[in-house]
Amino acid sequence: MATKGKPPKPEELSKISYTPPQRNWMDIPVEFKPGMYCHATRPKYLEAVGMPFPRDWSPADADWKLPDNWKEIILQGIKERLMKYRTFHVFMDICVRCGACADKCHFFLGGGDPKNMPVLRAELLRSVYRKYFTTSGKIFGKAAGARELTEDVLKEIWYYYFQCTECRRCSLFCPYGIDQAEITIIGRELLNLLGLNLDWIMGPVANSYRTGNHLGLEPHTIKANIDFMLDDIETITGIRVETTFNRKGAEILFIGPSGDLFGVPGNYVTMGELMLFHEIGLDYTWSTMACEGGNFGFFTSMEVAKKLYYKIYSEAKRLGVKWILGGECGHQWRLMNQYADTWWGPPDFLEEPVSPITGTKFENAKGSKIVHITEFTADLIKHGKLKLDKSRNDHLKVTFHDSCNTSRAMGIFEEPRYIIKNVCNHFYEMPESTIREKTFCCGSGSGLNAGENIELRMRGGFPRANAVKYVREKFGVNMLANICAIDRAALPTLMDYWNPGVDVCGVHELLGNALVMTGEIERTLDLRGEPLPGKGGAE
Amino acid sequence: MNLRNFLTEKKTLILSKWFNLILDTYPPETAKFFRNQDDPFRNPVGSTIFVGIEKIFDEIIKEKTDVAKLSIFLEEIIKIRAVQDFSASQAIAFIFSFKDILKDEINQADLLQKPATKEFLMDLHDFQSKIDLAALISFDIYMKCREKLYELKANEAKKMTYRLLQQAKLIVESPERDIN
Repeated sequence: MATKGKPPKPEELSKISYTPPQRNWMDIPVEFKPGMYCHATRPKYLEAVGMPFPRDWSPADADWKLPDNWKEIILQGIKERLMKYRTFHVFMDICVRCGACADKCHFFLGGGDPKNMPVLRAELLRSVYRKYFTTSGKIFGKAAGARELTEDVLKEIWYYYFQCTECRRCSLFCPYGIDQAEITIIGRELLNLLGLNLDWIMGPVANSYRTGNHLGLEPHTIKANIDFMLDDIETITGIRVETTFNRKGAEILFIGPSGDLFGVPGNYVTMGELMLFHEIGLDYTWSTMACEGGNFGFFTSMEVAKKLYYKIYSEAKRLGVKWILGGECGHQWRLMNQYADTWWGPPDFLEEPVSPITGTKFENAKGSKIVHITEFTADLIKHGKLKLDKSRNDHLKVTFHDSCNTSRAMGIFEEPRYIIKNVCNHFYEMPESTIREKTFCCGSGSGLNAGENIELRMRGGFPRANAVKYVREKFGVNMLANICAIDRAALPTLMDYWNPGVDVCGVHELLGNALVMTGEIERTLDLRGEPLPGKGGAE
Repeated sequence: MNLRNFLTEKKTLILSKWFNLILDTYPPETAKFFRNQDDPFRNPVGSTIFVGIEKIFDEIIKEKTDVAKLSIFLEEIIKIRAVQDFSASQAIAFIFSFKDILKDEINQADLLQKPATKEFLMDLHDFQSKIDLAALISFDIYMKCREKLYELKANEAKKMTYRLLQQAKLIVESPERDIN
């Protein structure tokens, strides 16, 4: 029977309140919004690395085809990790919900979803922890901030833990030092126990496991790609640069992100590096079996991350190199600097890295035996080993985006800036609260650089883009430099949406432009093959 | 009473009401943070909206509104709302809130109860038309932003495979810089 009632007046009908009702966060069910999440992993990728529960499923489906005992698996997984990682246990207990982290997350700042406040994102998992692992939670339930682990809760954790780029900006502001990235990392590990990963993450993992790089490039493709770059370098400089692959007995093994082998503008970074190594006569080699500094296993589980990096060290051993030089990659440096030593301790078959050109000992790399290329190059410049013509970058007004991992996990702040200032005349910093350790994430890190979640990426990248907009308007900045392959893949799209006209480059592309090589022809083209203004190219 | 003078006089109050109405479209916990205006880099969304509505206000109350400028100011806000949790209507509804505030302020000041001059009524109509125009422009901007997102998705896919296709000699005719 229809309810009798007074029909609303037209003016009442037109008055729509957009204010969402105020409810406790636990009472707001998760809603999967297109553009905010990525595709589920294909089963073949899980099978490739022996991970559990490979199956076809979709986040948008009501039925995720979970195993019958999924709840026990998760609870057991939490229990194991509480025992294994003291940090995780502490992080589950000590948050006082002061809110210092709340407005530090780029996803919250750009999107406004309260569950993207780091404190609340952690609370999604903490509430489950309280229910099953604390006395107060077991007795008082919701009143003690505890809740049952249900399928909806699991889905909510999945939705929001893949809306965190593990950038660690929030942890910088936490008075207790709680590292939300670590909570996300463990949350994702738990989800992986049920085969709930992303296609964008597991594809690169499976490829890296098989071929040693994210895209699954076969050795001949890697060589052909680099040959292609050598042709371009010859056109630009008149010099035929030589390089070697899988050469036993080389002093150094060079491993950059594979994105720099095929993607634009990352390929210009590799060109700059090839030119630099040629110019200083570095005794180095590439490996076609391990040519990936990135490690998407890190966004899966510690075991998988370890498994993938094992390749790098076993290649270094097989080739008999003394140490490893790493390229402009982001999370590679968090792993190498913070995890590698714990995983397997300092490798005894490698030596403490020493620059063969300057004699500088890289004591900071004593454990991992891997040096970041900006440290290596900055040292060369400091010792006057490079001839540089800054004016070749005069058409560029450059700012520098600190990558989350190199800055917050390794403290690389000065080296890239030192290189840029030595190869460019026009360098401008973004506002202090958006750079160095306080840098804003590109919004696409930790395996979230997919196409289907572009709204998420654009809103997450907005705080960074907003700071770039400031220097663009104030100083006319037209180039956003960085030292991370994900940045080079993600920032061009971010700039195109928020700041059209601002381009993106790696630091070694700028170096390659400025590097005066012995016997080179007069440069009229930059590394992109575009005419250099004022250098016989277009004015 | 001249409507333009009235609005100029009430500018701060109107902007504050407008800002609050826009923030009310966000969850209350979020609105609390977005309201804080200390640092545009700590609160880029709130700050962009706050600065943006003042520019829109100033442009609309000008005798000769510059549509190109108005579009730029609208775009700064709509670009943000186009990637947030809003439908198209929700994303641009904030323009109409300005109309509501205008109506409330005129009512409160009793401006229509006093013998309204023809000039006042014409001005009022003119303002309302400008707000309607802003709404129409906003719709175009919203569409432009959404189309841009799809274009960016397509470009990323192209970029990712371009070098490999080129190397496999599956594409040779167009120079690389053309697609950037």
